[in-house]
Amino acid sequence: MIVRILGEGQLQVDDSAATELNSLDAVLERAVNSGDEAAFRSALVALLDRVRALGTPLAAEVLEPSDSILPRADADLDEVRSMLTDEGYIPG
Amino acid sequence: MSVMKRVSLIFKSKANKALDRMEDPRETLDYSYQRQLEMLTQVRRGVADVATSRKRVELQMKSLQQNQNKLEGQAKQALGAGREDLAREALSRRGALQSQLTDLENQYHSLQADEEKLTVASQRLQAKVEAFRMQKETIKATYTAAEAQSRIGEAVSGISEEMGDVGMAVQRAQDKTAQMQARAGAIDELMASGALDDVTGPPRDDIQAELDSMRSGPDIELELQRLRGELGTGSTQAIEGAAAGSDGAAQPAAAGSDGAAQPAAAEQPQAGDGA
Repeated sequence: MIVRILGEGQLQVDDSAATELNSLDAVLERAVNSGDEAAFRSALVALLDRVRALGTPLAAEVLEPSDSILPRADADLDEVRSMLTDEGYIPG
Repeated sequence: MSVMKRVSLIFKSKANKALDRMEDPRETLDYSYQRQLEMLTQVRRGVADVATSRKRVELQMKSLQQNQNKLEGQAKQALGAGREDLAREALSRRGALQSQLTDLENQYHSLQADEEKLTVASQRLQAKVEAFRMQKETIKATYTAAEAQSRIGEAVSGISEEMGDVGMAVQRAQDKTAQMQARAGAIDELMASGALDDVTGPPRDDIQAELDSMRSGPDIELELQRLRGELGTGSTQAIEGAAAGSDGAAQPAAAGSDGAAQPAAAEQPQAGDGA
């Protein structure tokens, strides 16, 4: 599967990693919902680190859409919230 | 639903809107390509804006550093001449500049990081736009409108995602640059107003001076001690002009026996050891 980390680009990640990434994603989701900034930060960092460790960067000229998209590493809680709710946040 | 899926769905719905807009899907290709070229221009402009902002901060840092060195020199001179009050004032002004300098240094590094990220993003987008252009020509030449649909969908949503990503990065960089420009403007104004001038400049308002000395009080005591130490081990050379005007009462012990014989030692207190 292809995962994009916003601000960094796309990575090819083996499908076998899906379970692990999904559980990290679930932790992130709980942190976003609870509004706990510290928990959110560590969950986001953990997920992004794992994606970077498992993934291989996709060549720049590849035009495939990603299966999953993740917030950039220094995004704050409010930004991620508005990204999840407000379509107007993403230009293009 | 998970964060990963929700974010990607939002991107997909953007891409689908772009696809739905045109009657003939092949028109979508041209429309999307136009948008891509516009986005490329926008990203390059973003990189240039950030670079300009970074250079401005760099100039301000240099100017603040020069100002600090000047004030340090003046403090030394004042202390040598027995004018501790003036030395205090100079050091207090120097201290006030330090927090601004630290702030500018942080801004500088942040802008530098943004510039690098945007440059990489613009190169990546350029590679994708070129790939898209070639694919667009192939699709238009090879397929009928009906056949082209799915291939177009893939190419367009792939690049539309990239554009959304880059678009956010540019937007963020521009917002940040605008904020920093405003702060840089404030420092320029402060410099122009004379508030950051040397001790010989026009007097500042007393309350501000009082506040500054309260804020940086302990540091100034340390600084004064350090300068006294430097003067004590060095010669009277460093304070030549100023000392001439005073009563000489403030001269520490170093001015006594052999100090005057080594004028060069002023810059390097330890240089006299081997002589």
